[in-house]
Amino acid sequence: MSVDLRDPARPPGAGQTWVQVCSYTDLLPERGACVLVGSLQIALFRTFEGRLHAIGNRDPFSGAYVLARGIVGTRGEEPTVASPMHQQAFSLVTGECLDDPAVAVPVYPVRVADGVVEVGVA
Amino acid sequence: MNAANGSTGSGKRVVVAGYGPAAHRLAETLRGRGFAGPITMLGEEPRSAYDRVALTSYLDGKTAEDLTYPVPAGITPRLGARVTGIDRQARLVTTEDGHAEPYDVLVLATGSSAFVPPVPGRDLPGCFVYRTIDDLDAIREAARGASSGIVVGGGLLGLEAAEALRGLGLATHVVEMGPWLMPRQVDEGGGVVLRRHIEALGLSVHTGAGVAEIQPGPDGRVARLVKPDGEAVEAQIVVFSAGVRPRDELARRAGLAVGERGGVVVDEGMRTGDPSIYAIGECALAAGTVYGLAGPCFTQAEVAADRIMGGTASFTGADVSTKLKLLGVDVASFGSLDGGLDVTFMDPVGGVYKKLFVSDDARTLLGGICVGDAEPYAALRPLVGRELPASPTELLFAGTAAISADLPDDAQVCSCNNVTTGRVRQAIAEEGLTDVQGVKRCTRAGTTCGSCVPMLRQILVSSGVDVGKAMCEHFPHSRAELYDIVRVRGITTFSQLVAEHGTGRGCGVCKPAVASILASLGGGHILDGEQAALQDTNDHFLANIQRNGTYSVVPRIPGGEITPEKLIVIGEVARDFGLYTKITGGQRIDLLGARVEQLPAIWKRLVDAGFESGHAYGKALRTVKSCVGSTWCRYGVQDSVGLAIALELRYRGLRSPHKLKSAVSGCARECAEARSKDFGVIATEQGWNLYVGGNGGFKPRHADLLAADVPTGELIRIIDRFLMFYIRTADRLQRTAAWVESLDGGLDYLREVIVEDSLGICAELEDQMERHAAYYADEWRATIEDPDKLRRFVSFVNAPGVPDPSISFETERDQIKPVLIPLEVTRS
Ligand code: SRM
Ligand SMILES: Cc1cc2nc3c(=O)[nH]c(=O)nc-3n(C[C@H](O)[C@H](O)[C@H](O)COP(=O)(O)OP(=O)(O)OC[C@H]3O[C@@H](n4cnc5c(N)ncnc54)[C@H](O)[C@@H]3O)c2cc1C
Ligand code: SF4
Ligand code: FES
Repeated sequence: MSVDLRDPARPPGAGQTWVQVCSYTDLLPERGACVLVGSLQIALFRTFEGRLHAIGNRDPFSGAYVLARGIVGTRGEEPTVASPMHQQAFSLVTGECLDDPAVAVPVYPVRVADGVVEVGVA
Repeated sequence: MNAANGSTGSGKRVVVAGYGPAAHRLAETLRGRGFAGPITMLGEEPRSAYDRVALTSYLDGKTAEDLTYPVPAGITPRLGARVTGIDRQARLVTTEDGHAEPYDVLVLATGSSAFVPPVPGRDLPGCFVYRTIDDLDAIREAARGASSGIVVGGGLLGLEAAEALRGLGLATHVVEMGPWLMPRQVDEGGGVVLRRHIEALGLSVHTGAGVAEIQPGPDGRVARLVKPDGEAVEAQIVVFSAGVRPRDELARRAGLAVGERGGVVVDEGMRTGDPSIYAIGECALAAGTVYGLAGPCFTQAEVAADRIMGGTASFTGADVSTKLKLLGVDVASFGSLDGGLDVTFMDPVGGVYKKLFVSDDARTLLGGICVGDAEPYAALRPLVGRELPASPTELLFAGTAAISADLPDDAQVCSCNNVTTGRVRQAIAEEGLTDVQGVKRCTRAGTTCGSCVPMLRQILVSSGVDVGKAMCEHFPHSRAELYDIVRVRGITTFSQLVAEHGTGRGCGVCKPAVASILASLGGGHILDGEQAALQDTNDHFLANIQRNGTYSVVPRIPGGEITPEKLIVIGEVARDFGLYTKITGGQRIDLLGARVEQLPAIWKRLVDAGFESGHAYGKALRTVKSCVGSTWCRYGVQDSVGLAIALELRYRGLRSPHKLKSAVSGCARECAEARSKDFGVIATEQGWNLYVGGNGGFKPRHADLLAADVPTGELIRIIDRFLMFYIRTADRLQRTAAWVESLDGGLDYLREVIVEDSLGICAELEDQMERHAAYYADEWRATIEDPDKLRRFVSFVNAPGVPDPSISFETERDQIKPVLIPLEVTRS
């Protein structure tokens, strides 16, 4: 099976705008939360070390918008989230599914400015 | 095999007619051993070779790509190209589309076709065979408009096809000519047990029944099958699975010898009468037999490859053991099924039948049959033809562990891939393998039907490798070991545990397991502090996630007893929040379709009316079912409802390795189905009988009697100990049924520990349960009373009032139903 869910129309970094979504303290360590940016559902994660990651909230295997509710962890060095539907692990860095490398979810740039979390969208 | 090195034969053009599993294995072996010449595959199907053994998985979610083998490097496949002629003089094959392909070596690997008995109506629309992906596509399509289906043939493939029809939602019949099901694999006794299993699953079995005619309906499609006795079975689909016939027509036409009952005759080197033509797989008659199993076909392909490269390998016959899980029933047979003496074990209640055939002096194992429990199969199969390591009776009950350590190196452990125990041991030693995955990769054992995997694991263990125990990459411990570490060291957080005893930051396997351990050792509310991040989504939202991302709400209804007022509240809540409402199998009510942000408001209404969480989401106590009992029922001898409520209230909220279910029946009529529960109680004139280790689900098991005629106080003490001992020592996601079976010494040992207190831990276990009962608090109430916890019940942190726009419903039978989110995936 080969499925690529990254938006082909959006080359990384090109013409992106930063959108303020929530405060850093809204996010719990090692847990996800979802934000709505326009019609995009973006899952934000705060790792144990405090780093932030943003990926698409849609679980490509079930079609449900639930990735923000998965368990955050690591596989080797890679920070991951496991889909709460059927437990496939996704890299929080690349969006790739580590159990099925042909599947991936989009990743979004994310940063903190003055305690406010911002995601970059096209 | 001892072919000369890879340069031999490298100039030859190899052409293969047929591109199935055998053809694939041939090409892969040639390339793997350095054969450099051109290899052309001419396959009739529109796709490259795929795993036909796994064909049925195509109907439950696997795609054609999942099943397809990777094409070996430098192979030219011509797909959709049926070979129609062989010109042996010119060394040329021709295909239907007019293409001509010259060869130096031709390999026939055309497999077989399903045999369709010549009955009137066999060509009607709605008649199928079960052999290719295209067949399955056609069956799936036809099933859409059908309500019932018939499989003609109750052999291995027939039952597999029946399972598939059932999976497609059809009322399914199996029509078998022979006197019992799977007549080629099992004897009559096994057939009886098998039939019982299959009927219990709702399939209709007609044995000793042929087919007189298949009749069309007014639309010209299949409408019914008529048996010779005139009885008609209505169905819109008929699948023929009445055996296979080797596809030897090319060889016949080219003047090559074929067997009386079909099959291209080959010698030990898989060569036909023409030295440049080989035949392998299901189309070949090798060592006097046409083999219909993947294992021998693969061995034949490897032998032919060796010969093409100048080697001297030979095929002299193969093991035709079979094991399969059909409709959840284990069926296995191996070795020879007659001769000598036989030892039979039969448990008609438990649905188990096992038989071993041994030589007249009872020293050598000849073969065996297992139905309902194939545990001994993987271990015994390699011992066929060898001296028995124990008495036949002991062997019938032996697990894989007991036997594997003594397996001689030359015993074949994987028959699909012809791998010996010695080869596996050697790979483990030389490659430093540490898991079954590695053994599969290095030896290929276990990669086809998978039935030898338990043995591979045992060989790893007996070679000194520590397997299977590690929970995941983050902890080398089993759940029981982690439980002890947490308990003995007084660890209270995951972070401390993983820092001191593990690596990384955990995953979806170890985090919920550790959360459960912390909770059963009295860790407070499961959403407190760091614990919240360990919970899976169900525990995190105290509700069960559903396929569209909504959740279900199941309030506790202890013992299934409920007042009219409370019933009305449930109805009102469901109505006001627009939830789908259903009575569960656990004597309570499920409200489905709640969005995360609705959950607290729903709970508030329920909690205000006196309800609490039913823990339908947790690995915890679910329900204690009850029957009406002595208060009302004219047969009842004890108050089953009263006891069920008391038990449910005592053990509610108890986190455990897997879910726990219970039931109490008021008399031996057993209306509460207590013996299908983890702990079940049945009233007696003198007190209660306690049964443990039962469950329904994937592998049903009846609970065993642990204590008889005990009074209520003592009953509760024993259950306390039973549950706490289970929580301490079971594996992650191991139900009590599997746990009791895994205990060394089984039920007797369990009775020693928790009834006779042989380990002296009973007081401690009871104490721990007392504490659980004393500190229990409703998780829903604690959540709605804590603003911090409430903050996470939103779909979007930046838009708390906005519902998830991807969730929508339609109406079915006057209630909501999720509109499924389409899977828009781009395939490349
Ligand atoms: C709701 C219910 C079906 C129904 O509408 O009747 C149900 C629904 C689910 N069952 Fe069940 N089971 C329900 C009764 C049963 C029963 C019958 C019973 O309890 O009397 C069984 C067989 C008995 C047994 O467990 O021994 C049953 C055997 C399973 C299994 C297989 C367990 C096994 O050991 O093989 C699973 C899977 C698992 O737990 O890993 C499962 C898992 C599930 C899950 C949790 C699947 C999931 O992860 O989503 C379903 C949750 C739906 C939801 O959100 O409510 N359900 N499930 C029943 C809830 C009973 C209750 O009130 O709590
Ligand atoms: C549903 C099902 C379940 C099974 N389960 C098991 C199991 O559990 N264990 C087990 O060991 N075995 C099982 N088998 C049997 C196993 O699949 C076969 O033994 C194996 O596929 C044989 O491989 P083969 O390559 O010889 O033949 P095939 O798989 O039949 O492949 C032959 C190929 O050649 C093609 N072909 C035929 N004639 C021509 C021609 N003239 N020109 C071009 N192409 C041609 C055919 O279309 C086909 O693609 C199962 C089979 C089925 C159908
Ligand atoms: S189990 Fe016994 S008491 Fe309970 S309802 Fe059935 S017959 Fe009556
Ligand atoms: S016996 Fe079938 S894979 Fe090993």
